Amino acid sequence: MSLIAAVSGVHDSGGYRRPPNLVAWLVLMPLLAWLFLFVIVPTVMLVVVSFAERDALGRIVYDFTLQNYIRAFDWLWLKVFLTSIWYALLTTLICMFVGYPVAYTIGRAPLHWRGLLLMLVMVPFWTSFLIRTYAWITILSKDGLLNSLLVSAGIFSHSAEILYTPFAIVLGLVYNFLPFMILPIYTSVEKLDNALIEAAYDLGAGPVRAFSQVIIPLTRPGIAAGAMLVFVPSIAMFAITTLMGGGTNPTIGEVIFKQFTSGRNQPFGAALGTILLLIFVLALWITRKYREED
Amino acid sequence: MFFLRLKFMTIDGVSHGASNSPRLGRRVTAARLQAGLFGFWTALVFAFLYIPIILLVVFSFNSSRLNIRWEGFSTRWYGELFGNKVLIDAFQNSLSVAIATTILATLLGTVGAWMLYRYKFPYQRALGLLIFIPMVMPEVLMGVSLLVLFVQFLHLPLGFLTLTIAHTTFCFPFVLVGVQARLQGLDPFLEEAAMDLGATPLQAFWKVIVPYLMPAIVSGALMSFTLSLDEYIVSVFTTGAQSQTLPLKVYGMAKVGLNPQLNALSSIFILVTFLFAFGSYFFSRNKKT
Repeated sequence: MSLIAAVSGVHDSGGYRRPPNLVAWLVLMPLLAWLFLFVIVPTVMLVVVSFAERDALGRIVYDFTLQNYIRAFDWLWLKVFLTSIWYALLTTLICMFVGYPVAYTIGRAPLHWRGLLLMLVMVPFWTSFLIRTYAWITILSKDGLLNSLLVSAGIFSHSAEILYTPFAIVLGLVYNFLPFMILPIYTSVEKLDNALIEAAYDLGAGPVRAFSQVIIPLTRPGIAAGAMLVFVPSIAMFAITTLMGGGTNPTIGEVIFKQFTSGRNQPFGAALGTILLLIFVLALWITRKYREED
Repeated sequence: MFFLRLKFMTIDGVSHGASNSPRLGRRVTAARLQAGLFGFWTALVFAFLYIPIILLVVFSFNSSRLNIRWEGFSTRWYGELFGNKVLIDAFQNSLSVAIATTILATLLGTVGAWMLYRYKFPYQRALGLLIFIPMVMPEVLMGVSLLVLFVQFLHLPLGFLTLTIAHTTFCFPFVLVGVQARLQGLDPFLEEAAMDLGATPLQAFWKVIVPYLMPAIVSGALMSFTLSLDEYIVSVFTTGAQSQTLPLKVYGMAKVGLNPQLNALSSIFILVTFLFAFGSYFFSRNKKT
């Protein structure tokens, strides 16, 4: 639920408030210091390192260069970015189509049912995402349930590779991020004014028209919030994509991880990270802008 | 349900002498059809959400090494799991990091929320944005940037300390936002009344405000604990070989493929989560009525 609060931002609390005295500043200091040292400084350092070089041993040499960025726009790496964005887009769209009717049904269910239904959406999400991804591995892998079922039913003559495909990657992402789409849409559906929908019917709209021209536009803020909550983490998510994709179609997160570990090219990894940071800021900015228009 | 209400409404309309047109009737049928389809779809999605988890739990009791066929009930894998020292050590590491993170995040978040509520600091909007960043920042970016900070700048050895710092950074904003939401409903004169009755500001905070905020503090602390216990991506960047947490081990096992011990481990986590979730749901429901 706090994630919903996160999209709407940290609110400016009301109440009576006075200008801070010295004690107030001192009490707030740990928080300010923490944010400065562990949020601002690391982000700046990442950008600084992205302009550095590395020596033969993989150590960082602080000589200004643009070489990392030039290399990042090589087709090989550009393709990785495009793949990640493509998977994230696909995941967002599928979550929207799969999740909307669910959010709508829950939002229109009798009041005493809503809490339970929402909780049923959330509970799988409370278990670790690694465990949920592993659950799919046991189903999709070559010696998994689905393959053995299909082979024993005679549909497949031998086990097929279902895991380690783009299909499995997107399935893993959808399975993981679906609640992030359902919850904000539910919040919008719950707020729907019945009178407007009834008016649409009274004025002669059928269910399809009422839905596409009244209900969907009215729940747009929820759809937008859900889209951001699914899209942004999907681009950068790499554990699910590695587990489900087996490294066959690396995403940007995987590549950054490799540059910092086995690849031993931290400045290049930092450059890729900085580009990802820009994409992230852009996505946030667009959603903010969109919310202000609504 | 809404469509049912709609149906009664139109019946009502008929009794008021509105046209008894067949078009209207068709429309109501179509609306009910849509509600039915949506309900059916919702049931399918719930099946999609739960079937993989349920299968995992069921097959963790399978005596066969492979998932393919049910070969009889067995708790063999659970026995092996509890004898797996590597996993138990990893779980202990995870627990210590989660406990340290919870304490730090709860303190930072609660005090921060109160100070930001109580005083008007300059640039408070910018500060709010800054607090909001760790909640939404992609974990890979947080992981690499903290790695660069710890190794290049602070020269800290990667381990318990760096893990705790990293986890606290993304946990405390959740506590802060939750406490802030609860502060919205606070009677602004509560603190003043306490001070009129002779309490110092610290006493007023500790004896009046904290008890009022307790539900938000507890849920923030629980959230920090689970977020920390679950974290893989930030951890993989900010820990060293000697303090491997459970998610890192789980990832390593899942990457290789099927593993009956992992089935057993996952099932324990799933069952604990379910018990906890449904327990707290029915507990809070009974308390309300």
